[in-house]
Amino acid sequence: MTPAVRFQKVSRHFGAVRAVDGVDLEIAPGEFFAMLGPSGSGKTTCLRLIAGFEQPTAGHIEIFGETAEGVPPYRRNVNTVFQDYALFPHLNILDNVAYGLMVKGVGKTERAKAAEQALELVKLPGYGARKPGQLSGGQRQRVALARALVNKPRVLLLDEPLGALDLKLREQMQEELKSLQRALGITFVFVTHDQGEALSMADRVAVFNDGGIVQEGTPQDIYNRPKTRFVADFVGSSNVIAPDLMTALGGEKRWASLRPEAIRITGDGVESRVENASFLGAATRLTVAARGTRLHVMLPAGATVPEVGADVRLSWQPVDVHYMDDAA
Amino acid sequence: MTAIALTHEETATSILPGRGGFFGRLSDMFWRRPKLLLFLMLTPPLLWLGIIYIGSLLALLLQSFFSIDDFSGLVNYEFTLATYAQLLSPTNFDIIVRTVLMAALVTLASAVVAFPIAYYAARYARGKWKALFYLGVMLPLWSSYLVKIYAWKLILAKEGILTWFFAKLHLVWLLDGVLSLPVIGGNSLSVSYIGTFLVFVYVWLPYMILPTQAALERVQGNLIEASSDLGATPGQTFRTVLFPLALPGIVAGSIFTFSLTLGDYIIPQIIGSSRLFIGQAVYAQQGTAGNVPLAAAFSVVPIVIMAVYLWLAKKQGAFDAL
Repeated sequence: MTPAVRFQKVSRHFGAVRAVDGVDLEIAPGEFFAMLGPSGSGKTTCLRLIAGFEQPTAGHIEIFGETAEGVPPYRRNVNTVFQDYALFPHLNILDNVAYGLMVKGVGKTERAKAAEQALELVKLPGYGARKPGQLSGGQRQRVALARALVNKPRVLLLDEPLGALDLKLREQMQEELKSLQRALGITFVFVTHDQGEALSMADRVAVFNDGGIVQEGTPQDIYNRPKTRFVADFVGSSNVIAPDLMTALGGEKRWASLRPEAIRITGDGVESRVENASFLGAATRLTVAARGTRLHVMLPAGATVPEVGADVRLSWQPVDVHYMDDAA
Repeated sequence: MTAIALTHEETATSILPGRGGFFGRLSDMFWRRPKLLLFLMLTPPLLWLGIIYIGSLLALLLQSFFSIDDFSGLVNYEFTLATYAQLLSPTNFDIIVRTVLMAALVTLASAVVAFPIAYYAARYARGKWKALFYLGVMLPLWSSYLVKIYAWKLILAKEGILTWFFAKLHLVWLLDGVLSLPVIGGNSLSVSYIGTFLVFVYVWLPYMILPTQAALERVQGNLIEASSDLGATPGQTFRTVLFPLALPGIVAGSIFTFSLTLGDYIIPQIIGSSRLFIGQAVYAQQGTAGNVPLAAAFSVVPIVIMAVYLWLAKKQGAFDAL
């Protein structure tokens, strides 16, 4: 099957800065693909390369098998939902949503109808006459989504679209985006620095660092089997243990990750002292000091929570220890 | 942990003592009555604007409803519309049409020339280049208006540098062709309408560039990307996004170029054919001719034209993006 997006050794350099450096990438049609990474890792530049706002310095980009480099954004059947929505302030909501159809010469009544349908899809029917300034952040986000989807793009690009929303709205939009993607079957490429968002929404995740992809895989892969220290650190929540400590704890002398929920408090095992306990609702997270390092331990609800300052002993199954490459 | 230094002492008060002194009490009073401060700040400029500016304008308006006695040359202080009727006489009406047409063309040309410069400054110029842009645009405003106009008279004169330049390029035929055109042509550029037009555009251009640049500066770059992303060609993006969003700035600039051209009486006197513009007519009527009512009526014309212009601009939605 032809991939929806294919990068072959794609680089984008800005002077001496290698924003994207030799990236190989394949995104399958109909896939929900997340690009995860810290700011400056190259993920947004990759998105902009797909949209056509940037041209590669080297390498080859294909969109559904067709060469994309040298093709301007307005000739790509790809649409973007921008980070701060980029709605046209002088046009009302209906004209904003119908904009893509208008510039392609679709008749007035036909495009108004399509725009109204797109607004219904994002649950904003009847908002057409308002101006962007009169809508809340969450509503503007939906308009931006409708404005992109009305063009029936083959690939929809989303650049940190939920970044400006509050937590509750963000979680709601995550679910809606996911179900929308499933219903429409369009390839979604989603850029985020929020690992929770990437893992919960995407079919596949690429973790970016320093202009390249460090690891690519399903959310489960990324979470359970981080390839490098960087991935483990960035995806977070896992304990990253240095080689020296690993030997002290009875393991191999290599970097390893250990998930907090894999650690148990038992009668025997590694001696440690509880430094802090945070109640998280479904669980309690302990911070414990063991042999000069800090570990997180996740206790399920109902377990007895030791006092801060108490001495406890920790143990885990050897299979839960995941060894990684040293590379950052 | 040694965060002791930041813990508060039990003896500390929650309310700090007043600063005291005249200025301390003054600050407290202004804090309690913010409107008083606003009142004190606005009164002097409002008095200035209200009495000196609007007042003299009203006095002018009043004058225009008087007439002049043809025999004695004295002002007849009786209400009449006869002076306004004089504006419609062929000679006077020609002056009005000529001035309005010139102002409109100067405005249009200024907008066309200013836009790319303003666009560059707003979109691309950064740091030192931006400083250079402001310097370049403002620099002509530092030198005397009269000096610049006389300089242009020399540039445009028959023996001037422009003619020399055309001769060097073997393009004298082109210059002669343009000058032989009826109405706008003439003996040389410095005594033709084309010359007047060129100098007007030169002198008022900064007033068009700066507001246009300010408006373009406020257009977020990602709106242009969004437009392109949605399938608009650069031309479509200009017509449907960039131009509408820059329009308030262009209209603001056109208010300057249009009204400054309507009122100017020095440029057409030094450069151009000897036919009068409104400003020259006002100058002549209130000076040598001593017909203050007609001068006043002439000055009302640009005010009315500007009012109509702004009303039309508003109706066309020029200020919607403000």
